[in-house]
Amino acid sequence: MFRFIAARLLQTIPVLFVVATLTFFMVRLVPGGPFDAERNVPPEIKRELEAYYGLDKPVFQQYLDYLGRLVRGDLGPSYKFANRSVNEMIASTFPVSLQLGGMALGLALLLGITAGVIAALRPNSALDYTASGISMMGICLPTFVLGPLFILVFALNLRWVNASGWFDSADRILPAATLGIAYAAYIARLTRGGMLEILSQDFIRTARAKGASEARIIFRHSLRGGLLPVVSYLGPAAAGILTGSFVIETIFQIPGLGRHFVTSAFNRDFTMVTGIVIFYAVLIVFFNLLVDIVQIWLNPKLKY
Amino acid sequence: MPDVAEIDAAEPGASLWRDAWLRLRKNRLAVFGGVALIIITLFCLVGPWLSRYTYEEQDFAQYAKPPSALHWFGTDKLGRDQMTRIMHGGRISLGVGICATLVSLTIGVLYGALAGFLGGKTDAAMMRIVDILYALPFTVFVILLMVVFGRNIVLLFVAIGAVEWLTMARIVRGQVQSLRKQEFIEAALSLGLSQRRIILRHMIPNVLGPVAVYTTLTIPAVMLLEAFLSFLGLGVQPPMSSWGTMIKDGAELMEEFPWLLMIPAAFFSLTLFSLNFLGDGLRDALDVRTSKD
Repeated sequence: MFRFIAARLLQTIPVLFVVATLTFFMVRLVPGGPFDAERNVPPEIKRELEAYYGLDKPVFQQYLDYLGRLVRGDLGPSYKFANRSVNEMIASTFPVSLQLGGMALGLALLLGITAGVIAALRPNSALDYTASGISMMGICLPTFVLGPLFILVFALNLRWVNASGWFDSADRILPAATLGIAYAAYIARLTRGGMLEILSQDFIRTARAKGASEARIIFRHSLRGGLLPVVSYLGPAAAGILTGSFVIETIFQIPGLGRHFVTSAFNRDFTMVTGIVIFYAVLIVFFNLLVDIVQIWLNPKLKY
Repeated sequence: MPDVAEIDAAEPGASLWRDAWLRLRKNRLAVFGGVALIIITLFCLVGPWLSRYTYEEQDFAQYAKPPSALHWFGTDKLGRDQMTRIMHGGRISLGVGICATLVSLTIGVLYGALAGFLGGKTDAAMMRIVDILYALPFTVFVILLMVVFGRNIVLLFVAIGAVEWLTMARIVRGQVQSLRKQEFIEAALSLGLSQRRIILRHMIPNVLGPVAVYTTLTIPAVMLLEAFLSFLGLGVQPPMSSWGTMIKDGAELMEEFPWLLMIPAAFFSLTLFSLNFLGDGLRDALDVRTSKD
């Protein structure tokens, strides 16, 4: 197990290197630099600015400098927010996105697994069809449709919550629900499939024959195997929730990392964009590793 | 023992597809999806010729009016006919969906088939690359690409297609690999069928099923990604509009003019529904086991 984790961690180094290189050169292909949009910057000040950020050096030298700092975990200064480093900006906006994403994922797991288990216990019943039908709706209503609809109904018409902002705990409900529902729907489908397969196996029949209670059969015998498809879906789901939060944060005007990334990309804030992409890559790689470990723990038959 | 030609003649060639068709017809949701899809496509393709309005023509007497006899789906804040705009938006959304899917289909099938045929170490290396690519935040790259190279529609579907090919490659590779070991391929070999005949008659039809199923399921995923980019302001640019940009514009004005959000959203969701139902139906009909991961 230790060797598996160590090997996987080693593998992430070339991946992150490729991501950093690709992003670094891609943003530099943009016509127009970060200081072009500023009004009336005299040429000498622009030169000063570029010298300060090292933009006057040859690109390859800039690249080596960047890698050198990256190895020490320094993502460089922001071009647009004077005197703020990319690390600081990520540190101040990521907790918001993390909270949003965590709540959405929690909600998705809770709703999805419950609905999936219920549907699997009574396959092809009215209950099953209702749950499956609602899941399909959840999958086909994208967040950018669902979000505005939620705002229209719950904030503007019923006035239960605020339409936007991120101040008190009630502000968390709509964004988290919007982001989580599609994943809840998907998880429900995966849970249903996984549980149906497990529930039809011999050892479940044996457990039933021995008089185990329904609750014991579900929680003790079937969930562990039935949730395997859900666990392997968690890696892609986490990546999707991360990027999904771009839209949610735009709709609900939440000061998170996703919205910040999109604005930085529009502003040609090179270091910020590169830094956030690398940060996302680290997060996703790490989360996938976590998912793989959980999978092996749940299913000893898997080899690593 | 009857000879090879007779066995072939006894079993009509299209039987796999005919069986699938019979099964598909019994699946009400899939039939609903297929019919809805045909209607929406015809509406978007033929509609603009029958419409009294063009998509950029402004009716100065009718700013942001709800649906009426004159404008069935109402008008937007510039007085443009919403129905005509929906038709044009649909052409773009469906067009991007299909083109990007074709790009991903080409890359995925070629890559997967190659890995499956070559096998061994090459296969292992090729699939390891796919694993690594899976772990990257691709949507982030597409956003970056759209920002960097301007919002060019050709680039849009190439970029999306380049992101979506991974799963297709895995499916095709798995299928090719398992087919090579199957008894009926061995049987065909021992009956002395030519290599070409085996590939044409036995390999391709068996790979075609999963590919068809997954293609149907990729189109909605691609359309979703396009709408997602358009919603962030990175997709199709005005005066052109896709359903994604219409939803974005509608969402900004939904308080006063809810139909500007509701109608494009309804069209978009209905299309996604139809494609997903049809894809699921095809999967059951062709008896394909696809795993999304």
